[in-house]
Parts: sequence; structure tokens; C-alpha cells
Amino acid sequence: MDLPAPLRSAIVGGQVELTAAGSWTAAHAAQLELLVDAAVREFSTAHSMLIDIVGIRELDTFGAYLLERLARSASERGREVRWAGVPDRYRGLLEEIRQVNRRQPASREKRNTFLSAIERLGQRAIELGDDLVGLIAMFGAIGQAAVRALAHPRTFRFTSAVHQLDRVGWQAVPIVVLITFLIGAIIAQQGIFHFRKFGADDYVVDLVGILVLREIGVLLVAIMVAGRSGSSYTAELGSMKMREEIDALRTMGLDPVEVLILPRVLALVLAMPVLTFLGSMAALYGGGLVAWLYGGMSPEIFIARLKEAISIDHFKVGMIKAPFMAFVIGAVACSEGLKVKGSAESLGLQTTTSVVKSIFLVIVLDGMFAIFFASIGL
Amino acid sequence: MGLSSEQLAIRVRDLVVGFGEQIVLDHLSLDVRRGEILGLVGASGGGKSVLLRTIIGLIPKRRGKIEVLGIDLDIATEQEMHLIGRRCGILFQQGALFSALTVLQNVQFPMREYLTLSDRMRRDIAMAKLEMVGLNLDDADKLPAQLSGGMTKRVALARALALDPEIVFLDEPTSGLDPIAAGDFDDLIRTLHQTLGLTVFMVTHDLHSLNVVCERIAALADGKVAAEGSMAAMLASEHPWVRAYFRGKRARVLVREPNSQQIEAR
Repeated sequence: MDLPAPLRSAIVGGQVELTAAGSWTAAHAAQLELLVDAAVREFSTAHSMLIDIVGIRELDTFGAYLLERLARSASERGREVRWAGVPDRYRGLLEEIRQVNRRQPASREKRNTFLSAIERLGQRAIELGDDLVGLIAMFGAIGQAAVRALAHPRTFRFTSAVHQLDRVGWQAVPIVVLITFLIGAIIAQQGIFHFRKFGADDYVVDLVGILVLREIGVLLVAIMVAGRSGSSYTAELGSMKMREEIDALRTMGLDPVEVLILPRVLALVLAMPVLTFLGSMAALYGGGLVAWLYGGMSPEIFIARLKEAISIDHFKVGMIKAPFMAFVIGAVACSEGLKVKGSAESLGLQTTTSVVKSIFLVIVLDGMFAIFFASIGL
Repeated sequence: MGLSSEQLAIRVRDLVVGFGEQIVLDHLSLDVRRGEILGLVGASGGGKSVLLRTIIGLIPKRRGKIEVLGIDLDIATEQEMHLIGRRCGILFQQGALFSALTVLQNVQFPMREYLTLSDRMRRDIAMAKLEMVGLNLDDADKLPAQLSGGMTKRVALARALALDPEIVFLDEPTSGLDPIAAGDFDDLIRTLHQTLGLTVFMVTHDLHSLNVVCERIAALADGKVAAEGSMAAMLASEHPWVRAYFRGKRARVLVREPNSQQIEAR
């Protein structure tokens, strides 16, 4: 089939006659746009324009828009534009396209990039302050709910707390034990490797014992709990917020903090010391195993040296921190969950924020405990 | 039914769809003619949405044949499937707007994927579509979470129309809208149907929009098409479910009155 050119032009007595033909549809829009732009440039000075579209076989919004662009380019310069050969079936579409895009949306004012960077910085500072206030408010709300639960024990959601305890405690045991075991083994291996140069292999027991019981055990477990359980709290509460479940609770006269958050935080506070204990033991076990297989130190000697190296204080220092860290993780996770707005994107964002923030706060808390214990001489 | 496949937008024959033990669609056959607005009604959970989702390929079928725009979906090449994807627009019940993109970007999304257009043209066409569905240009930079229910449906319709499809599937377009917004939406569908020459396949519960918008109605009952035809044919049908639907308490008010108004207007 012999296809006519999509857009032909002729100048008759100062008037441009443009003849469109063929398919003016989305599939050809890219080429047609080039033709239309060329025609606009070429004929912008003509007195008047005649657009003949009798040869068009197919027309859709894209084609109609391009024809309209052609016509508008001339009419905006005050030239006369006439149409010819408009088939009835396309009249409605062309009329519709003529109505639209008439008003330019209010253009956004250009902004100074330097100033807007400073503005962003300021906004972040304000947000940081708000976050802090929000977190403290969450601490308060949880405390209030806890006091109320103590006063009226029957209102406490016991079933929910047990269920959460199963999820964040019992089900977390395998992964926590595995990872702390491996880390204990790695610390022992590195210790033996480097201490051997000074003939101080035996001190690896001190290294593993003190490090694991005081710091690494509880920190590792806290980081894993934040990543594993904190994020799931945020996602859970966030999607409940999205589906208006939290609002439903409120309208029934129930406090979401009491119903949803208190059992979760309590479960975490109970689970974390247990996990820390198990994790520390697994790390010591891993360290002892490596000392035996890699360092040639028999288990009896390892245990005997361990007894000398560590005291109950080291163990206490580690364990005391666990419930506080659990409380911070739980409170951050829940308050981030309640900040979720309607969109899926915001759910993802708050979950990330929850994990990052709780890990950061756990480490800050650890530092504060270190100062505290040092000053009381523990 | 005596119509050649040229005149048919969708042709479904002997379709069987089920989940596990449960058979939802049982040897169902249905034709949608080009350029018509077909309304599909049926009980909740009766398989209306399942039929729509099977036609657009979201749910696998067990048996039967589906042709969309003359192409058999079972033997279609990847290229043909791509073409069908481009020639069909779908309005999901909840809008299914991409929540990370603005309204304008949502409408531009199919254009970006299927067509190579200049930025200016893509922007202008998307704006034109938004205006055609009756949205304000100031809403273009909003995120879907900031929209009301009616606006979400309009944006979703603009996105469904982004590529000037030949067939538009509407899954309960007026559900969750107030009567005024629903009426406006009905008018909008009718206007767009006329200007763009669309074929519309509409799943709905809304008796009013069935009466005002749809040219033909298919009633789904027991996994089959129980009755098919104009509103008059529905009212005349003796199938028990169709009778209950179109001649029930709620239908009496909605269906009869607008009909008589139309007659008076003429």
C-alpha cells in the first residue's frame, strides 16, 4: 500500500496549507512530533494556516494533541487557523483536546540551592527535636499504661504478651545463639593469632571472657533484636495504622498503647536478658572450642582460666544493660510504627528509620552505661 | 451469536476457573462487542472480578479460550501480548496507584514504558488526560496518599487511558463514591466512551450506573452468564437470581424511575 506522507505543506497566496494523513496515533507520536515541530518553526511567519485532516485514517489523543499544538502555535501569534475535512467521528476528540492545557500551572519559584540546603538542615534539626520529644512521650505513655496495668491487672493483655514473647524470645533463640557462637569463635581465633606473637596465648581467655560478658554479648543481641523484632513491630503497627485498625481501637475507647504496645515492649524486656544470657554462653562456648581446636588449649584449662579472669561483676554489667536496651528498642519500634502514613513507601521508610534509630540509641545507651559503671567502680 | 471476530473486542468460550476444589466460573461464554459498554453484574463473591482478572491474565484458567482483540491469549506471541497490554487499560477497584509516584508520574508511567516521547509531549498529554477526567492541574504534583476516594478513581482512570487503549476494564468504578461523585463518574465514562471510541468492560454493583451507562448487561450467576442484553431484557428475565437483582426492593426505586425520566425527557 502506498502511504501518503503524514504531513505535507504547501503555500498558497501567503496561506500555509498543511495536509495530514495516515495514522496519527501513539505508536507514531515520536516521528509525528518531529514533523510538527519542523512545521511550527517553518511556518510561524505565515499569515494564516489551513489544516486539512481529511486523509487521516486513525486519530487518538496523541495525534489530536499534535494537531492542536500545530494550530496553537499559529493562533498564539495571532494568525488565523482554519480546519478542513474534519470527520464527524474525530470532532469530539479534537474539541476535547482544544479545551485542555489552556492554563499553565503556577510555575514554582526558583529557589536558591544554598538557602534551601540551610532550610533543609534547619528542618532536620526541628524534626530531630520532635523525634526526641515523641520518643520521651512514648516512654511516658508506656509507663502510664504499665502503672494502669499494675493497678488493674485484669486489663493487661496477657495472651498477647505471651504470644509476643514466643515470637521475639523463643523463636529468636536459634539465630541469636548461632551468630554469637560464631562471633565468639572469631574473637578467640583472632586473639590467639595475634597474642601468639608475644607468647601470650593464655590471655585470649581474658579477652573473650570480659569482652563477651561485658559488651559484645549484649550489644550483638540488641542489634539482632532491633533488626529482627523491632522492625517487625514497626511494620506490624504501621500496617495496622494504614488499615485504620488503630483508629478503630481508639474509637472503642481503648488505648492502643495499652492494648498493642505494652505487651510487645514487655515481651521484649523479658526476652532480651534471656537471649543475652544464651548469646553470651554461646559466644564463650565458641571461644572455648576455637581455643581448643585452633589454640591447643584443653577445655579444662580454658574453664580454669576463665574462672580466674572474670568475676560475677562482668556478668552483671552485661545483664543489667539488657532490659534497658530492650525497652529502648521496643519504644522506638512502636513509636515509629505509629508514625506510618497512608502509603506503602512510608511503611518502608519508618521500618528502616526504626532499625537505624534503635541501633544508634542502643550504642549510645551502652556508652552511657560504660561511664556509669566506670564511675561506680564496677 | 453470529458476530465475526472483527466486531468483537473480547470473546470468551467455555471458560473454567477455580481455586482448589471450588469452581468459580463454570463453562462461561461471553462476547464483548467493539465500541460498546458492557456491564457485568453478579453476587458478591460470584466471580465477577475473577472473570475480569482472568481476561487480563492475572488469574490462570483451567479450560476454555479467551480472545482479546482477535488474539487468542493461549497462542499469542510475546510481541502480541505486549500489544494487548498496550491496547487495554485497567481501572482497579482501589485505584492501585503507585504510591511512590505523584499523580502526574502515575499517568506518565505507561507512556514512559511503551512509547518514546519527548518530555514536553509526555507532560502535556498526561496533563490533558488529567483534565479529561476532570482533575485540577494543581493536583498533578500530589501523592496518591493525599487524594480522596473519588480523585483516586479519576487518576486511576487517567492512567488506564494513558495510552489511548481500545478496551478499558473497570472494576467497580463507582463503589465507595458518594451518589454525586458516582453520577459524575458515570457521565465521565460515557463522555470518554464517545470521544475516544472506547470499548468498556465494567464490573459493577451500581444499578444506577448500569441503567445510565451500560448499553448491554451480562448477569453472572452460578459461574455462568445467566442473562445477557439490555436493561429491558434483564427486567424480563425469569432467572431467579436476575429477578431478585433487578426486581428487588432496592432495584425498584433505582431502575424504574430513571427509565421513566428518560422517557419523559424524550
